[in-house]
Amino acid sequence: MLKVAGLKAGYGRTQVLFGIDLEVRAGEIVTIIGANGAGKTSTLRSISGLTQIYSGEIEFKGRPIKGLPPEEITRLGLAHCPEGRQILQRLTVEENLLAGYIPGRGRSFDEIRTQVYDMFPILKERRNSLASRMSGGQQQMLAIGRSLMATPELLMLDEPSLGLAPKIINQIFEIIITLSKSGISLIVVEQNAAVALEIADYAYVIDAGRCSVEGGANNVLNDPDLKAAYLGA
Amino acid sequence: MFDYFLQQLIFALAIGAIYGLIALGYTMVYGVMRLINFAHGEFFMLGPYIYTFLFSGLLGLGGLAPVLDSAIAIVASFVIVGLLGVAIERFAYRPLRAYGRLAPMLSALGMSIVLQSAVRVTVGPQPVHFPAIVESTPIDALGGMVTTVQLGILAAAVLLMVGLALFVNGTRLGIWIRAASESWTTSSLLGIRVNRAVSLVFFIGPGLGAMAGIMYASYYGIMQPTMGSVIGLKAFTAAILGGIGSIPGAMLGGFLLGAIEVFGTAFLPILSFGYIGTEYRDVFAFAVLILVLLFKPAGLLGETVSEETTVAKKDY
Ligand SMILES: Nc1ncnc2c1ncn2[C@@H]1O[C@H](COP(=O)(O)OP(=O)(O)O)[C@@H](O)[C@H]1O
Ligand SMILES: [Mg+2]
Repeated sequence: MLKVAGLKAGYGRTQVLFGIDLEVRAGEIVTIIGANGAGKTSTLRSISGLTQIYSGEIEFKGRPIKGLPPEEITRLGLAHCPEGRQILQRLTVEENLLAGYIPGRGRSFDEIRTQVYDMFPILKERRNSLASRMSGGQQQMLAIGRSLMATPELLMLDEPSLGLAPKIINQIFEIIITLSKSGISLIVVEQNAAVALEIADYAYVIDAGRCSVEGGANNVLNDPDLKAAYLGA
Repeated sequence: MFDYFLQQLIFALAIGAIYGLIALGYTMVYGVMRLINFAHGEFFMLGPYIYTFLFSGLLGLGGLAPVLDSAIAIVASFVIVGLLGVAIERFAYRPLRAYGRLAPMLSALGMSIVLQSAVRVTVGPQPVHFPAIVESTPIDALGGMVTTVQLGILAAAVLLMVGLALFVNGTRLGIWIRAASESWTTSSLLGIRVNRAVSLVFFIGPGLGAMAGIMYASYYGIMQPTMGSVIGLKAFTAAILGGIGSIPGAMLGGFLLGAIEVFGTAFLPILSFGYIGTEYRDVFAFAVLILVLLFKPAGLLGETVSEETTVAKKDY
């Protein structure tokens, strides 16, 4: 589905990624974990075409996507639900969904909207509210719902649990599992490593812009060094 | 006294509607690009010139009723000026986007001079007659002080504003414009082709400006190459007053500025015992501009534009 090889990227002259390799196979949940500032967000942003890439290759569904503008990458079926949710605050809930809808990918707006509202009933209830009036958890639901409007084949979620209450985190992770079962491949970036490793098939640990460890999520979960570093055990 | 008041009120609404239509162009462009389009007043000026050219051409061809000639010329003026706006953004502003916010703005100042000079050279610098679209007759039912032209302007302007509001709030293209006005980065991540939203804004804004120009020229029966300069600045004031970036704000600002100006001018000579005459009309708009900038820079309906949006735009 997605192959990243030797990705070096940064902001102007500040390089932050020093050669990232990763792969997502169809139907998998891959998690990227690592400390704050390690380069997780920058990795996703480079894949999406937002952050400047110095060198390396990115292939999505066998097609090189490096250098494409972000909107064209999304239109190919690679959606990115960004860190901090980035809800359009001046639009209503439903307008946010409409903004995220991409026609011509085989499903009508009404069809996906119904699916999103079934998944998150609170969004239906508040569909005419300004997005800025929604709580953090509701905004995260809206952000995920909005990403689904693009009919993604691969969805990248950047810290979906950030700043949310434990009950809502559980709910969000339930949804991630549901999405995976429905056939969407996923990359989940998390600082909350324990929860992410529990649902993931495969994991990459990023440290200072490099991939330090990778492996089946279970192996990584039981790696004694990582336990000490990330899982606080 | 009441008749006089009614007459001034209709005048204020008509001129306010014209300011509002022009202000929409300033505000929408500022919304998606954080650019003050100093060339915008020239689209207002081009409207009546292009209309007159097309209308006389069609009339000369014969074959159609003059009303139809007029209608076709109006729609075509919108489209032509709109496309000109799209082309100017594409070739004079977009290539400069990477160089910060000042560069496109200077380019806009340059375009203003280019457009105005083009008309000056081809048509001539002197004021010329503008062919009436609607015969100006007083309406007896309203005390005979209000004319068909005034009402026509008001009706057309309100129709355009309602149409724009429906478009921007109720269609996917309209949502794209509003999304792009809030964040380019987020919009592009959602798959929105931001540059198309920008082009769309540069079609609608100048097109509305051209319509306002045709209305203004209908009101006074003449047009001249410099007509966009002062009116453009006043409409810019209206956009600031309403809150630049806000579409309802531009409409509100236009009507408010029209009212302040017309009633201020009408009552100033009375209040000042004749010492200050109606020639001070232009003072009001600029006094409003200064006061708003001093005391409420975000305008009446404006939202404070976060630096984040600007940074994100540069980044993208
Ligand atoms: N817009 C930016 N400009 C410059 N440096 C940045 C920018 N965004 C992030 N960085 C730097 O890149 C590094 C990686 O950040 P990030 O990818 O956000 O890490 P993570 O998501 O793992 O917390 C950090 O050192 C951060 O300071
Ligand atoms: Mg991050």
